[in-house]
Amino acid sequence: MSAAATYEQSLLALAAQRDDVVVMTAENRAHLRNLPEALGPRFIDVGICEQTLVGAAAGLALRGRTPIVHALASFLTQRAFEFIRTDVGVARLPVKLVGFVPGLLSEANGPTHQAIDDVALMRTIPGMQVFCPADLDELRQALPAIVASRAPAYLRYTAAPPAVEHTERFAIGRAEVLASDEGVSILCYGPLLREAERARQLLDARGVPVRLVNLRTLEPVDEEAIVDAVRPAELVVTLEDHYHRGGLHTILAEICLAHRLAPRVLAIDLGASFFRPALLPEVLEREGFTGGRLAERILDALCEPEAKA
Amino acid sequence: MSAGTLTETMRLLADQELIALARRVREHCLRMTAGGGCFIGAALSSVDLLVHLYSRVLDVAPDRLDDPQRDYLLLSKGHDVPALYGTLAELGYFEVERLREHLGPASDLYWHPSRAVAGVEFHSGSLGHLLAVGIGIALDIRLRGGKNRVFVLLGDGELDEGSIWEACLVAAAQRLDNLVAVVDRNGRQANLRTEELVPLEPLPAKFEAFGWACRTVDGHSFPELDDAFALLPAAAGRPTAVVARTLRGKGVPSLEDRGDRWFASFTPVEVEALVAELHGAGPAALASEGRVVR
Repeated sequence: MSAAATYEQSLLALAAQRDDVVVMTAENRAHLRNLPEALGPRFIDVGICEQTLVGAAAGLALRGRTPIVHALASFLTQRAFEFIRTDVGVARLPVKLVGFVPGLLSEANGPTHQAIDDVALMRTIPGMQVFCPADLDELRQALPAIVASRAPAYLRYTAAPPAVEHTERFAIGRAEVLASDEGVSILCYGPLLREAERARQLLDARGVPVRLVNLRTLEPVDEEAIVDAVRPAELVVTLEDHYHRGGLHTILAEICLAHRLAPRVLAIDLGASFFRPALLPEVLEREGFTGGRLAERILDALCEPEAKA
Repeated sequence: MSAGTLTETMRLLADQELIALARRVREHCLRMTAGGGCFIGAALSSVDLLVHLYSRVLDVAPDRLDDPQRDYLLLSKGHDVPALYGTLAELGYFEVERLREHLGPASDLYWHPSRAVAGVEFHSGSLGHLLAVGIGIALDIRLRGGKNRVFVLLGDGELDEGSIWEACLVAAAQRLDNLVAVVDRNGRQANLRTEELVPLEPLPAKFEAFGWACRTVDGHSFPELDDAFALLPAAAGRPTAVVARTLRGKGVPSLEDRGDRWFASFTPVEVEALVAELHGAGPAALASEGRVVR
């Protein structure tokens, strides 16, 4: 069974349980192939127009529907931003935006398709929940809770195989702590969790204790889990396929300021640049996001004098 | 007297009542130009459309605002909201006295529509949004097998927005014949005439080319509006566009068809002179400049 099919199954199960669920798209059908037939008029494809997609979703939500709006993450969050902010955000309507191929997952498409500012954009909208599951299992576990919430939401889609063996059931605003040693605390979200876990194993073999936190929800974020990860850590690592500004590193900075914490932080992200388009393994290697490269970067940071970190 | 003549006489009498109602709404709009001003030119342009729709076309009432079977009106142009608030207040959606709160410190009555005001279906202000929102409402009505309709009042300047035209394509593709776009075609956008900046004509042909049925009427003539809205949809399986030719500032000659009276803030003395002009007095003496807000 393909990953896409199981995502479809989740949507179908939700639609069967809840009359309010409708699935919409701007002709991004790659992972929705069977839904037009299965959902009939509750599958709405408006064609390639993200603004109308989001505006119409707001209208459906005004009538009591919960639209799940599946479109390319870049065009959904960038081109339709003002419709999201003004129609969904101002009215706080329960529209569930699902961004397809976010972060590094746009692979070889190039800068036009790179949603690497989506977390920053969506976080600016008051009341908007932001979800970044690490793999398809986590996404499928999260969907019912996301749909049940009456808040607007943005979800970074992934169909990745399990990144780790998950230890905690999904709950909105709750991080999953996968290892809780004191030394290096790695905070991350999305499919990069898989690489973070590899890095943790490599560091463990070198005798470096690691706490690994899979945030899952970036808004509302699990502040307690972050503070618990920061307090005992010699080094805090933020790992994300996002610009440096506006994502997890910014969230960490906000929380540290609020709690008067000043940890040593290694930010591993895309800085202020687009990534060079390529297939995912190549991108991970080149951007230094493989488990091996992550472990090296963390060891380097630990060896550097504190002032330079 | 034949039955036809009697009907015609009653219609004329009813039109007189609507004309009087529209005049009261215009007076409310003029009074909202005091203490900070409002988009008076745009509001006076759409008064007759809103008065007519709420009095004779829309199946909605102050005690049915949660009724899923009601007709919807979405004010997409937004800045003409004094006309909507005046109409809603006169028809009992909220107290007429509340109009005096316009721009007050805790008031929901500001320069663009707020859903906090009874009768306002959705907020607007950013142009080019509510045709898309109307599509969503119309889709849900159809999903539920409802007979109610969605009217979206658009400004003609607003038609510069690309989102309007993508929504037009989608509405036609979805065959939403429960959707009606009413264009307040006063020929002006914020500062300029539409045809001087981004020409829209031939406008009805554009809607038709996009798959809509289109009617063109005098937007200040109640008999013509009766005919335009009498039989909807104008064509089965198609959304309907009604291009209503109007005049910015309609009803107050000192404000009519002027580029500098789109938004205006007047002194209390000027407001009284404008109200008198509305009721037939000579031209108001106006020293206040129209304010450029965009």
